[in-house]
Amino acid sequence: MSAHADPTLWVRSRSKPSALAKLFDNKTFLIFICLAPALGLLLVFLTYPLGLGIYLSFTDTQLGKPGVWVGLENFQYLLTDRVFLNTVWNTIFYTAAATAAKFALGLWLALLLNENVPLKSLLRAIILLPWITPTVLSAIAFGWIYDPQFSIISYVFKHLGLISTNFDFLGTPWHARWSLVVANTWRGIPFVAISLLAGLQTISPSLYEAAMLDGASGWQRFRRVTVPLLMPILAVVLTFSVLFTFADFQLVYAITRGGPINSTHLMATLAFQRGIPGAALGEGAAIAVSMIPFLVIATLFSYFAVGNRKWQQGSDDDV
Amino acid sequence: MAEVSIRDVRKAFGATQILHGVNVEVADGEFVILVGPSGCGKSTLLRMIAGLENISSGDISIGGRVVNNVAPKERDIAMVFQNYALYPHMTVRENMAFSLILAKAPKAVLEQKVGRAADILGLTQLLDRYPRQLSGGQRQRVAMGRAIVRDPQVFLFDEPLSNLDAKLRVQMRGEIKDLHQRLRTTTVYVTHDQIEAMTMADKIVVMQGGNVEQIGAPLDLYDRPANLFVAGFIGSPAMNFLKGRIQGGAFRVGDMLLPLGSTRGVAEGMPVVYGIRPEHWRLDDGGIPATVRLVEPTGSETQVVAEFAGHRVVCAFRERVTARPGEILCITPDPACVHLFDDATGMRLA
Ligand SMILES: Nc1ncnc2c1ncn2[C@@H]1O[C@H](COP(=O)(O)OP(=O)(O)OP(=O)(O)O)[C@@H](O)[C@H]1O
Ligand SMILES: [Mg+2]
Repeated sequence: MSAHADPTLWVRSRSKPSALAKLFDNKTFLIFICLAPALGLLLVFLTYPLGLGIYLSFTDTQLGKPGVWVGLENFQYLLTDRVFLNTVWNTIFYTAAATAAKFALGLWLALLLNENVPLKSLLRAIILLPWITPTVLSAIAFGWIYDPQFSIISYVFKHLGLISTNFDFLGTPWHARWSLVVANTWRGIPFVAISLLAGLQTISPSLYEAAMLDGASGWQRFRRVTVPLLMPILAVVLTFSVLFTFADFQLVYAITRGGPINSTHLMATLAFQRGIPGAALGEGAAIAVSMIPFLVIATLFSYFAVGNRKWQQGSDDDV
Repeated sequence: MAEVSIRDVRKAFGATQILHGVNVEVADGEFVILVGPSGCGKSTLLRMIAGLENISSGDISIGGRVVNNVAPKERDIAMVFQNYALYPHMTVRENMAFSLILAKAPKAVLEQKVGRAADILGLTQLLDRYPRQLSGGQRQRVAMGRAIVRDPQVFLFDEPLSNLDAKLRVQMRGEIKDLHQRLRTTTVYVTHDQIEAMTMADKIVVMQGGNVEQIGAPLDLYDRPANLFVAGFIGSPAMNFLKGRIQGGAFRVGDMLLPLGSTRGVAEGMPVVYGIRPEHWRLDDGGIPATVRLVEPTGSETQVVAEFAGHRVVCAFRERVTARPGEILCITPDPACVHLFDDATGMRLA
């Protein structure tokens, strides 16, 4: 055709869109189609087990023996169970101590990495190491580090002539608790440090320069510029960190198995202990279900208390 | 007393030399503008005055005191950043009062100073807003308010208007100038916009590639640019340049002869650059016949791109020209307004 000879005569052809194309242009349909796989997965792998767990917690099911509905009996029993109450207390202690340590050290590392330190990228890679190591592996390593006979720390101190008998890392309740807090902190720091570093890097350097000209000292710049601007991301990281720590299982189970005398059990390990090896599925489920209120409260607290500031509202163009 | 004096200041980032010995004197109460193309080192120089960059060599003194090793907060200067650098988590009031809060000023002083600055800048209604809830121009004003509250010896501005739209820029230009008339604070202002420089400055420092090309009052730079760079940089539309030689007391380009005002400092046959601003062409029936290429009426004047002897020149006429592209227009330069530059060095001859 002559349209090909003269490019100015060419017009974009306007074909009618097919029914399928029209369907995919429909927003509701698109939302549904895109969400369906995720919803399906959540339904099968999250909602179903969670629902089953909650159901089990109201029964006296044993391993291999279907139980009957007992209402709140499991929970009533747990409220009188010293081991369970101790475990709740220990879980809160473990979460609080480890989170505090992770945030203190993580923030410090993030601030350090945000400065122009030499070998920055190498340092950053090293900091990520604890995180990329599989938890069980690091738990086993910590098991050896804390071993009553073969502990490397005891070995070093002994050879330096500083102590004459080995450290007893896991032998008494408090030693064991603190040892676990250290292990969890070591493992959790990378997440906190790298997330906070990302947050720090979103703060424009000119804000610090402006504050410097306004007469702010280093500490004042940190307290009045860095901290408030870091709050939103701090809230998110805090929430996640609390959730991970509170629901921790692997470290404790691999290092102490809840011992000595049940003093280091977390709710997750106790639930497993009672439910699987102890065969009391219903009771184990009840312990697991009792974690839910704690988690919900922790999430709500960090979300509302720390995040979501008024100054974040409004247009976003380059404040 | 707060004059700023910059003496033989050099700056290198690592091995790269950015400033090659800059000398500028800013008198007390003067409004000085650093202007130059992007990357010429204006911001770097300003940040060195503020103390945000260290000085590789040379001296900067403020109010007679050498401040090379004085911390930024001790220099008694206030700076308005290009991106305003407002604290997003503070209200307008807190942003402006921040320096006073840090200095533990009494509440009454704080209220009074912030109130006065807000009054000057028309921000009184916005004091409880957060920066995100402000428009660009309002943010710009808050940034100035923060500087005014400080009552500093010197104001430093780094391209404060470049994020604003054209109309607002003109308005803020006026406001900043007005502010300076009222406060009479020594000001160093950076821009790459020569119109901003021409309209606002008491004194302009033209920079290029880390060197100062010329320092002078706006109209002095306009009337007597020291070299080709300044001649081409100041003025819009830019000055026309024609390359040729001196012949018989006139300027020869191709087979045309253009008149000269003065022939001081030029020798017969010397290769020179002939500079003539667009508004210094006149319509003249006895002039050079030039072919019209483009006509741009702006209302107040008519800009015409014309071509003769293979050269295109821009002319701006006060009268309305009705010529159409392709037609011939006879034009002649005003000999008194001709600039001559040495073709080899680019320096001004006459
Ligand atoms: N921290 C730095 N390290 C290395 N080079 C730098 C640094 N800061 C600036 N420069 C270089 O110094 C030169 C001058 O930069 P400067 O920011 O002063 O330019 P400018 O005149 O303000 O330009 P613009 O009008 O684009 O803002 C540029 O070539 C830039 O690449
Ligand atoms: Mg700049």
